[in-house]
Amino acid sequence: MTSILYDIPGPRARRRTLIGSIIGGVLIAAVITLIVVRLEDSGQFRSEFWEPFTDSGIQRGLLRALGATLKAAGIAMVFALLLGSLLAVGRLSERAPMRWLATGVIEFFRAMPLVLLIFFARFGLPELGVDVDVLWYLVIGLSLYNGAVLAEILRAGIQSVARGQSEAAYAIGLRKSQVMRIVLLPQAIRTMLPTLVSQLVVLNKDTALGYIIAYPELLRRGKLIADNFGNIIPMAIVVGSVYILINLGLSTLASYLEGRQRRRGLPAPIDDIGLKEAA
Amino acid sequence: MDVVIDNLDTILGGFRNTLMLTLIAGGISLVLGTLLAVFRVGPIPPLRWAGTAYVTLIRNTPLTLIFFFTTFGLPKLDFSMSFFTRAVVALAAYTSAFVCEVVRSGINAVAPGEIEASRSVGLNFPQTLRTVVLPQAFRSVIPPLNSTMTALAKNTAIAVAFSVFEATAILRRLQNEFASATFPLLISTAIGYLVITLTISGAFNLIERRVAIRR
Repeated sequence: MTSILYDIPGPRARRRTLIGSIIGGVLIAAVITLIVVRLEDSGQFRSEFWEPFTDSGIQRGLLRALGATLKAAGIAMVFALLLGSLLAVGRLSERAPMRWLATGVIEFFRAMPLVLLIFFARFGLPELGVDVDVLWYLVIGLSLYNGAVLAEILRAGIQSVARGQSEAAYAIGLRKSQVMRIVLLPQAIRTMLPTLVSQLVVLNKDTALGYIIAYPELLRRGKLIADNFGNIIPMAIVVGSVYILINLGLSTLASYLEGRQRRRGLPAPIDDIGLKEAA
Repeated sequence: MDVVIDNLDTILGGFRNTLMLTLIAGGISLVLGTLLAVFRVGPIPPLRWAGTAYVTLIRNTPLTLIFFFTTFGLPKLDFSMSFFTRAVVALAAYTSAFVCEVVRSGINAVAPGEIEASRSVGLNFPQTLRTVVLPQAFRSVIPPLNSTMTALAKNTAIAVAFSVFEATAILRRLQNEFASATFPLLISTAIGYLVITLTISGAFNLIERRVAIRR
């Protein structure tokens, strides 16, 4: 416990910390007890609420729904990466109209609520005669939004590649598009890998918006179970744990990748706190 | 286009609710998030653990699920409140975890010398935080707070599925009624959100310039 915010505690400070710990601990214990008592009083721990989750049919249904969630996230990530690369390159283009277009697109999609983008796909596209599976409406919404976010992340990555790299590439006679494709983008993606993985966490969470347009993902499935058994809260706890486990896994992967990059002496991914949004 | 003009009052009413959700949830999450950040950097272990646990759990849970919990779950626990309040609870609970991380990063960015100096003039932990660290931390985290609050304004749209009549819910209702006007409705709602998010960014930029530390 080293922090420069307070001195190394002496005997009196230690006593005060201990008293604070006891009071804090009691308070937290009280809050937790209150929640548990409330849950117990309203009968949330009754076995008939939890029994459904031991049924293999329901488990299979949840697993299928989890598959649907991961499928949407995976497909959207691929498209978002493609769109993000295009937009990032566009924004770094030497042609001004290209730059303006890419900047406009990026800023527009970043300023839109994801739900609205999904609605654009869900209700707008059928108006234009496009009629596809509901998965694709979700994927389109997710890809547009995350493409714009990834574009900014990748742009930062491309700009962080050492100048000598592109100068050397030009010197051996590569064209501009080749420099970008062969030299800059691969390095940018590698530098930004940890950030990209943590954006995957955001994307994975956002697939839950599929609930709103009735895509049969994890939350939709959970709602179905809760409608049958009246066990909203147990369901929310079970489904929530699944999301948390997956996202914690991805976050751990992200920090592992970050650590590995630091060990290899690669430039650390730039601080992404301003780029990554609480989406 | 006529549909949009005819229903302008309804649409603006929706945006009023969106704004209210943003402002109330934003205010609560600023206070709560700062408190959590203080817990996380403070000397009292149980509070540190509680803060870390809260942030980890909330940040890895989809906001839709949190809405789900506050809208359908809380009534089962005999908490009765309006749909609007339930949406505020969900948004504030979610956003405060992000505010906490932003403020914490700001606290960590304060120059160590400042803190050592304030300790050496005899300020204790609460005094150091209140008079030296937090004022500087807030100034330095205005840009990321800007993103967090813009994200909050956008996240209010999730309330569409939870019986709150904010802008996106109004869009849904009108679109149901006038399917032929789908695009004008979508675009006017998009413009409304653009106005809100740009206003928030503008306000934060203004604050940033006002309180910038001259070095």
